[in-house]
Amino acid sequence: MSLEHFIDEAISPWMRDDGPESDIVLSSRIRLARNVADVSFPLIASEEKLEAIHDFFQEKYEHQSFRNHEDFEFISIRDLTAVEKHVLVEKHLISPHLVKYSDESAALISQNEQISVMINEEDHIRIQLYYPGLQLERALEDAFAFDDWLEERVDYAFDETRGYLTCCPTNVGTGLRASVMMHLPALTITKQINRIIPAINQLGFVVRGIYGEGSEAVGNIFQVSNQITLGKSEEDIVSDLGSIVNQLIGHERNARSILMKQSELTLEDRIYRSYGVLEYSRIINATEASRCISNVRLGIDLGIIKHTSRNILNELMVLIQPGFLQHFAKKNLTANERDVLRASLIRERLELEK
Amino acid sequence: MECQECHERPATLHFTQVINGEKKENHVCEVCAKEKGYLSYPDEAYSFHHLLTDLINFNASKLDSVENKTLKQQSQELTCTHCGMTFSQFKQIGKFGCASCYETFSSRLDPIFRRAHAGNTKHNGKVPKRTGIDLQTRKQIESYKKELQHLIETEAFEDAAIIRDKIKELESNPRKSEAGDKS
Ligand SMILES: [Zn+2]
Ligand SMILES: [Zn+2]
Repeated sequence: MSLEHFIDEAISPWMRDDGPESDIVLSSRIRLARNVADVSFPLIASEEKLEAIHDFFQEKYEHQSFRNHEDFEFISIRDLTAVEKHVLVEKHLISPHLVKYSDESAALISQNEQISVMINEEDHIRIQLYYPGLQLERALEDAFAFDDWLEERVDYAFDETRGYLTCCPTNVGTGLRASVMMHLPALTITKQINRIIPAINQLGFVVRGIYGEGSEAVGNIFQVSNQITLGKSEEDIVSDLGSIVNQLIGHERNARSILMKQSELTLEDRIYRSYGVLEYSRIINATEASRCISNVRLGIDLGIIKHTSRNILNELMVLIQPGFLQHFAKKNLTANERDVLRASLIRERLELEK
Repeated sequence: MECQECHERPATLHFTQVINGEKKENHVCEVCAKEKGYLSYPDEAYSFHHLLTDLINFNASKLDSVENKTLKQQSQELTCTHCGMTFSQFKQIGKFGCASCYETFSSRLDPIFRRAHAGNTKHNGKVPKRTGIDLQTRKQIESYKKELQHLIETEAFEDAAIIRDKIKELESNPRKSEAGDKS
């Protein structure tokens, strides 16, 4: 099993490409939930049945390729160390759920890390497909084709009236969760985000902060996704999500230009202070690091900070996570040790940009 | 506006919650939001699950208040023959045990789906490519069989033979899948 590069690199290969609107949209994701016909859902299925599904996917799909998603690596979660599991979760290649119930769970990950199929998660099959920037339609087309490719060999649990049958009633129908990861620092600074989130919720879409455990969206990164999966076609879901995201982009751009006009110096100060903290601090916790990284990225987007690549946001956000730090150190670290290593990795990474 | 929890700090987070079908506006400060766990969804399945159990429990309590004992008894006896899950277990955990649960609990699901999916109860999207064709084939065979029955009854045996061949042709082309338990 060669999973080293999934673990060693903080940034997935596909993230290196800039997608449309990539100053604000980090990535687009399509997730399809599917189940194998006539087998109980992982929640209550017997070990033997789940093991059979696990083995089937290994036998049929390990080292197979689909389009440009080449050479799927098959990873049994039970074979991973705690730190390896942690890193794959931090990279969003697998879910915390897959790790929690890991006896017969597995993941099929393409070399470009664009496709990750989780086996025996809450549903038997969860296809995840990522694209950089805002590319929901393209991601959906690719995911549909991949879904058809899997279905050549797997009978799905499907009902004409209810659609794809899933363990949770909130996924039934299309089994689709389309989501977009957005960097919204200006909407956060101006507190407009607090008014926008409830408005979007009312439309059947969800906005939530990712990373971190508190109420605040760490790194000002938000995920927008559909809540309704039944009764709407996948194309409609994706196009509605796309228009919400486009509106958010508009609001964010607007807020950025207002900030630049009304308080350019304050903004510049904020950005350079953050840059200074990242460049010189010797001890830094994840929350402070995320806030500073977000400010620096805003500085890059506004042309205030030059000669630093945008990718630094995606990369550092993973690099500063506990699992990745411990993988890097090759040992378990206390919170204090992590803060020290985090500061030194960030410094090194910024040095690289010079 | 002050925070509705501590009444000390100003409310900086404003959001709507749906509890038992009632919309509730919330205005809290960041400290209280953190304490109460608002806006912290590390696992989407988890939060949806809680929302959902609320929805289902709401539904059940409403049924209790309606004094319809037959319906109540039926609901207690609903048990999935494939996986053994009962409707009350489903209510409790908010998850189905298997695909057959959908069939078993079918008569009780519409209100739950309507609440979770903005009034929708029917799928309106993708159909499996391969088995989707099987589905169409099966429908076609059913309609041929009805026609055949009618032709035999009216003693139109020549036409009946043609239809019978068509059915045979459709049936002789079963598409098998490799995964899935067929027992
Ligand atoms: Zn408060
Ligand atoms: Zn069942």
